[in-house]
Amino acid sequence: MEALFFWIVATGLIAAALAVIFNRNPVASALFLATTFVFLACVFITLEAFFLAVVQIIVYAGAVMVLFLFIIMLLDIKAEAKRPIPFGKILLVLALSLVFAFFFGKVLTDLPTGQTLLQWNVHGAPKQDAKEIGMVLFTNYTLVFGTTAVLLLVATIGVILLSKREVK
Amino acid sequence: MNWIVLLPPLIAAALITLFLRPLKKLSVLVSIGACAISLGGALAIFFADGEAKLSTLSWASLPGLEITIGAMGDPLASMMLLVVTGVGLLIHIFAYGYMKEDPGLSRFFAKLSLFMFSMLGIVLADNLVMMFIFWELVGLSSYLLIGFWFERPSAAEAAKKAFIVNRIGDFGFLLGILGTWAIFGSIHFEELKNSVAATGLPAGVSVGVITLVTFGLFMGCMGKSAQLPLHVWLPDAMEGPTPVSALIHAATMVAAGVYMLCRVFFILDLSAYTMEIIMWIGAATSLFAALIALQQNDIKRILAYSTLSQLGYMVMAVGCSATTEAMFHLTTHAFFKALLFLAAGSVIHGLHHEQDIWKMGNLKKYMPITFVTFLIGTLALTGFPGLSGFFSKESILFAAYHHNKVVFALGLFTALLTAFYMTRLFVVAFLGKERTEDVHHAHESPKVMTIPLILLAILAVIGGFIGIDRYIGPHAISHDSGGYGLVMGLSIASFLIGTGLAWRLYGNVTKEPYSFAILKNKFYSDEVYEAFLVKPQQALARFLAWFDYWVVGGLFVRLSCLSAAGAGEVLRLMQGGSLQAYVVVFILGVALLCYWILVKVAL
Amino acid sequence: MNVFTEITLNHYLALSGLLFMIGLAGVMIRRSILVIYMCLELMLNAANLALVAFNRFHVKPGGIHDYDGQIMVFMIITVAAAEVAVGLALIVSLYRLRQTTNVNDLNALKF
Repeated sequence: MEALFFWIVATGLIAAALAVIFNRNPVASALFLATTFVFLACVFITLEAFFLAVVQIIVYAGAVMVLFLFIIMLLDIKAEAKRPIPFGKILLVLALSLVFAFFFGKVLTDLPTGQTLLQWNVHGAPKQDAKEIGMVLFTNYTLVFGTTAVLLLVATIGVILLSKREVK
Repeated sequence: MNWIVLLPPLIAAALITLFLRPLKKLSVLVSIGACAISLGGALAIFFADGEAKLSTLSWASLPGLEITIGAMGDPLASMMLLVVTGVGLLIHIFAYGYMKEDPGLSRFFAKLSLFMFSMLGIVLADNLVMMFIFWELVGLSSYLLIGFWFERPSAAEAAKKAFIVNRIGDFGFLLGILGTWAIFGSIHFEELKNSVAATGLPAGVSVGVITLVTFGLFMGCMGKSAQLPLHVWLPDAMEGPTPVSALIHAATMVAAGVYMLCRVFFILDLSAYTMEIIMWIGAATSLFAALIALQQNDIKRILAYSTLSQLGYMVMAVGCSATTEAMFHLTTHAFFKALLFLAAGSVIHGLHHEQDIWKMGNLKKYMPITFVTFLIGTLALTGFPGLSGFFSKESILFAAYHHNKVVFALGLFTALLTAFYMTRLFVVAFLGKERTEDVHHAHESPKVMTIPLILLAILAVIGGFIGIDRYIGPHAISHDSGGYGLVMGLSIASFLIGTGLAWRLYGNVTKEPYSFAILKNKFYSDEVYEAFLVKPQQALARFLAWFDYWVVGGLFVRLSCLSAAGAGEVLRLMQGGSLQAYVVVFILGVALLCYWILVKVAL
Repeated sequence: MNVFTEITLNHYLALSGLLFMIGLAGVMIRRSILVIYMCLELMLNAANLALVAFNRFHVKPGGIHDYDGQIMVFMIITVAAAEVAVGLALIVSLYRLRQTTNVNDLNALKF
């Protein structure tokens, strides 16, 4: 069961990600990115991080992507022109990818973490994810929480300042 | 005691240079006074007769080499001291009269005093290094004095020439000193004399080595006393004021070379080859110079070549192992040559700086005192029997007769030529009719100039009778050896023939009747040096300049600069401004980092 | 068949790495700056995935599961959202200045 879900979700994730980068229309890219975030949320669910999955959808797919789309519409970005495939670039990218793939393979095969298997606790009590996170967040990580709040405030102010037009 | 002789001129020079420049009369007084004090000290040393208190100062003490500033009080030194200070004092007084209107009067006397200090240092020196130090100082003073009128380019050139040619000789001298120290282990004359007297040539030193070392020492004399290859500076040195010519280039500095030879004679004697060389160079120089003097028209040039010729005599005498004769001739030569130069200075001064003898004539009428003193000087130089020059020259010829007949013949012929050109000079300048209008405006010089002339004339007359040669030491060849009468007869004959011939040929002429280009152009010695030394050196300099600009500058400096700049240009292309290129490079860096950490370090 | 039926941490890490690489490729290939930014977000999410995976498979001694990784991801998501906002504001300013979003035209950052 774990394996089945994992493979479905993983395939979807990769497919959506590829679609993001290979689409010429920016709106299409944005939508596929949203799709990617949803699939990522599913991956979080397979990892039993339910709270995070929901937060992911709400924040990323719900807010960030909407923001992206607003900006695309605002700036009226056209689809990229079709251009001849830059052979050199592709080659470079492939080379780099192969290099990293090699590293990953090496690292992954040597790690001892390959022993623990993913196992869902289907028959027990449901995992009370949000409660557990809340317990930790508001006790151990209060400072972090507060700082993040201030950061959000600063970001808001910054955005307003940055996008102001000069008043003539 | 020796400091009383040595230091006053130095103090005078320092005082004048630092403080007394604007006060001209005071500077002159200080300088003349210092010379007089030195004369007093010299007299004291002379009369103390070897008992004078002479102190020594340790200048540098190194293991194996002890350099001192000290003094020698032997007859050779005390005689030379008297000559230098006595003649020097007379010339100082004359110089005041000669240079009275010159704006650089104080500077002149400061330099004169510096010269006196350096010359006295050479005379008093008790070791070779001290002598070398003062040797160089004398060269410097000569440079300063020859180039006294430095605004004149010819004077500046002549000063440079004198210094550079002197330097060449000094280089050989220094090598000779080093060789002497290496062979004998000491540089003090007393120690060297004792060492050579005891053991002669040290074991293991070949004849070739000692010849080289002694030749090095002789090179110093060649430079300072203007012997044959290094003679070129002396005629050009006449660019300096006439008192300078009298003091330095007649009486004292050029004699320093001969004095040095007499000082180290016992070392030179160890190599027969060097003695031969010295003799032949001396003879050649005297003949060479006499030939050139036959065709010169500048009064000072003629006297300069005459000095060269007489110096050749002295060196020749040393080469014949006759040091006493050489010093005797040095002393009498100082008297009459200084007299001749000062009288020439009087003539030049009276004619408002005219130096060409063909523009003079009948000066007997306008400058009687100068006329008489010049006559006495000429007769002394040419060897009129009874005057000082006769005795000294004839003693040298006698020594040469017993050494090498060819050299004797050369000396005799040179004496003839000497008589000829001096008589030519005298007749053309002082007798006959006025050759130009300006002569009518000539006037006798003031007393401050004529009194030294008279005093020197007296010395030139009595010099042979006061026993100078007996004081210095025994003659090399005693007069009882055969041939004395022959030599004396031949020398008188050469005098008569030379004088008579010149009288006949130049008696009543208005312009130079004969012209020998090679003699007039001094055997082209300057041109030869120019072609063989100056031009190659300049070519070498040009090549080195090219090398420095293109190879060192271009290849090393500019190339490294260009490669750095080029590398910079190439590296600059890496920052093209393309964001994605930056990303690629960034990721490559991350990849390398991962490789390093994961593969090399961790696993 | 083991690797396909038994899911371990390595699978998730491989997935994360692959996602990261895809995002990187997007950054290097695309010319519109907005799309590049989106691919940047993709890379960020790949990191998040790795963190959550590690958190899932990490057991403290004593058998307790902790949630530090998930807290971290939570913070990352929040900060990333703020960052997106600011970045897009910058892009808007840039667009107003240069009238272009083509990265090839935005090449003033050079020597």
